Amino acid sequence: MSTAPHVEKIFAQRALVSDEFPLTDTTVRIAPILIRTKSLNLFYGEKQALFDINIGFPKNTVTALIGPSGCGKSTLLRCLNRMNDLIDGVRVEGKVLLGDQDLYAPGVDVIGLRKHMGMVFQKSNPFPKSIFENVAYGLRIQGIRDRLVIQEAVERSLQGAGLWDEVKDRLSESGLGLSGGQQQRLCIARALAIQPEVVLMDEPCSALDPIATAKIEELIFELKEKFTIIIVTHNMQQAARVSDFTGFFWLGKMIERDLTERIFTNPKQQLTEDYITGRFG
Amino acid sequence: MSRFFEWWRRGSVWVWLSSAALALSLIMVAGLVLLLGAKGLGFFWPSNIQQFQLADGLVLRQVTDHESEGRYHPARIQLKVANRDIYGQDFRWIDLADIQQSSLPKDALFVERLEYGPFIGRLIQIEEYGQVLARGDEALSIARSRLPSAKAHNAQIKTLEQSEAGSLNTRIEKLRLAERKSELQGKQTPQTMQEAENKRKELHQQFEQLQTRLDALRAQSNSLTVTLETVDGHSKVIPLANIARLVSPNSVGLFGKIGTYLSRMWEFLSTGPREANTEGGVFPAIFGTVMMVMIMSIIVVPLGVLAALFLREYARDGWVVRAVRISVNNLAGVPSIVFGVFGLGFFVVTVGGGIDNFFFPERFPTPTFKTGGILWASLTLALLTLPVVIVATEEALAAVPRSQREGSLALGATKWQTLWNVVLPGASQGILTGLILAMARGAGEVAPLMLTGVVKLAPSLPLDATFPFIHLDRKFMHLGFHIYDVGFQSPNSEAAKPMVFMTALLLLLIVLVLNIFALRLRKKLRRRTGGSSF
Repeated sequence: MSTAPHVEKIFAQRALVSDEFPLTDTTVRIAPILIRTKSLNLFYGEKQALFDINIGFPKNTVTALIGPSGCGKSTLLRCLNRMNDLIDGVRVEGKVLLGDQDLYAPGVDVIGLRKHMGMVFQKSNPFPKSIFENVAYGLRIQGIRDRLVIQEAVERSLQGAGLWDEVKDRLSESGLGLSGGQQQRLCIARALAIQPEVVLMDEPCSALDPIATAKIEELIFELKEKFTIIIVTHNMQQAARVSDFTGFFWLGKMIERDLTERIFTNPKQQLTEDYITGRFG
Repeated sequence: MSRFFEWWRRGSVWVWLSSAALALSLIMVAGLVLLLGAKGLGFFWPSNIQQFQLADGLVLRQVTDHESEGRYHPARIQLKVANRDIYGQDFRWIDLADIQQSSLPKDALFVERLEYGPFIGRLIQIEEYGQVLARGDEALSIARSRLPSAKAHNAQIKTLEQSEAGSLNTRIEKLRLAERKSELQGKQTPQTMQEAENKRKELHQQFEQLQTRLDALRAQSNSLTVTLETVDGHSKVIPLANIARLVSPNSVGLFGKIGTYLSRMWEFLSTGPREANTEGGVFPAIFGTVMMVMIMSIIVVPLGVLAALFLREYARDGWVVRAVRISVNNLAGVPSIVFGVFGLGFFVVTVGGGIDNFFFPERFPTPTFKTGGILWASLTLALLTLPVVIVATEEALAAVPRSQREGSLALGATKWQTLWNVVLPGASQGILTGLILAMARGAGEVAPLMLTGVVKLAPSLPLDATFPFIHLDRKFMHLGFHIYDVGFQSPNSEAAKPMVFMTALLLLLIVLVLNIFALRLRKKLRRRTGGSSF
């Protein structure tokens, strides 16, 4: 199947943002799977939202989850740190394995497991606290009191989120006083402070302008050195730009999951091609 | 026609109606404050003393009211008679037609006495130990110059009475209680009885010594007297120390009058009442009101916030929670006197009685907590204002965005950590709004207090220098009750009428000050937590 002209256009746009093309390198191909789901089914009451999902997320890679609204990609993301537990009437079947530990096994410490999973939300949600306290929050609730440890972690996290230079002189000001893009990076810094293994991002750029979006995308590139990143996005250019793997979801089912390069150039499923070429969705 | 339709379609009529409603509310509130101010603030003004020549003789009076000719009476004026001990009446109406001549004598004197109300007349002479020091104008200037020291002397006597005699009394009472306690516990021996008896004798001796000292001081204070005379020839000898203020309104200028005005206002704010509350100040009532509202706030906020937290965050939403919520809302509509009855029956009799039986059996039959007190009154009002705080807190909790809770939970916080660190701070402004409403409601309540601890005249403040400093069992005075008492229960409410208005104005001011305090706190919180709007 030849490359659709539409996709060439996407890559042409990509070229405007950055010169080099993200060729999938071998380390990505051979990366070990850190977290995987096994025949995951999820029900909201009677209504089934996820059907038999089997997907793995390799370590130190970026996996993008794409698909039309209501296809279950955010639901899947929230299964990975059990945030769906907060919603009444949710039932989960199947397994989510982090290493060889099943997150849904009885007796799992849900609070403890969330420390391994940093999460960034669609709408930036800094707490009504100072910038410093926002980042230190995750450490404080773990009972860490040592001021030096906290200061070091705050600086490291803010630097990791590329926000340090912008806020280092006003750490004691309210986090709500920052711009939208800065707030979102503050939320990323907050998630990094607890030193998670996986960073879950739920449409992190959907409320941001193109410049702030570009900054966050650069950040994602840097973050995958240390973390495994799973990102839900509506923006296919974004998925193409930042991810190594892409999973396409449709009506609660995973249609296809492969190297991003392949999904966008040579998808196996007709449905995937129709979606990324804009024929529906 | 189409123009009218357009006007209607734009909803202009509703804009007009809503603005009219707002204007009406504002006018009513402003009218209330203006009425209180107009009737009350004149109270301290030293108005001129007029001398009238009537058919039946001379009178020297302050004009307090004026009525033009009516259907049943000719034009007339109301005069403040004063000199209650001589004439036995406070006010008198006279017809303008009866006045043959009127003048403003320079030497007319308005004497504020500590007993029997004011005296209007002239100062004849001043005496010390029966010796005449001076007469006429000279006597007045001597009296003026010696008035402060006489007052200070009086104050000293009062302090001695209160602190030393008071502490001796307390020690005697403690001794009696200790004896009674050991008797109740069966530990009494002839030896302990003898010891107590010796101690008691010693204390009584000290008390008598103090009494002699006080008697000498009182005699000294009473030795300096002034002779006052009314215009129709009655004369009166009173100790200078019994005079609060000497005012000659006809001879002092505007600034003198302003000085008297301010001094009277300060007296009103800073001293206790005298003459069955119709004169003097309202300081104990101010103090009681503020302290009661503060204790109430300290009780109601944690209780209301915790209750709302459980209701909103932990309780499973079902018919029980809905029933509880409806009940809480209805609680706000229960007449306050019912809360008063409940406070009397539950707090005072049951809880207070229990405390007395358990901790203070030796004081029986004198009750300690089984009687009204500031603690029970505050608790009753806390119960009364609880619905306000619960409803406001629930609203504020619901207004904290879900995304912030999720942000906290996703970082591995427990539900309680999330509530404590994120949700409650986010809701704090709404909670303070609830507190403001509760304080305003609590400060204005009188009915429940009358059953649970307010009195016409409290012998001491609920906060003082004797251990344990905060006396929650004490009865207290309250501005709202003061208004009721002075205005409607006092023997000469006509004389105290301006004081009622003034007290009401003061109560409004205190509620305003308490609210401003809470508003500032809220603003400070808003600055710290950022622009979250509630």
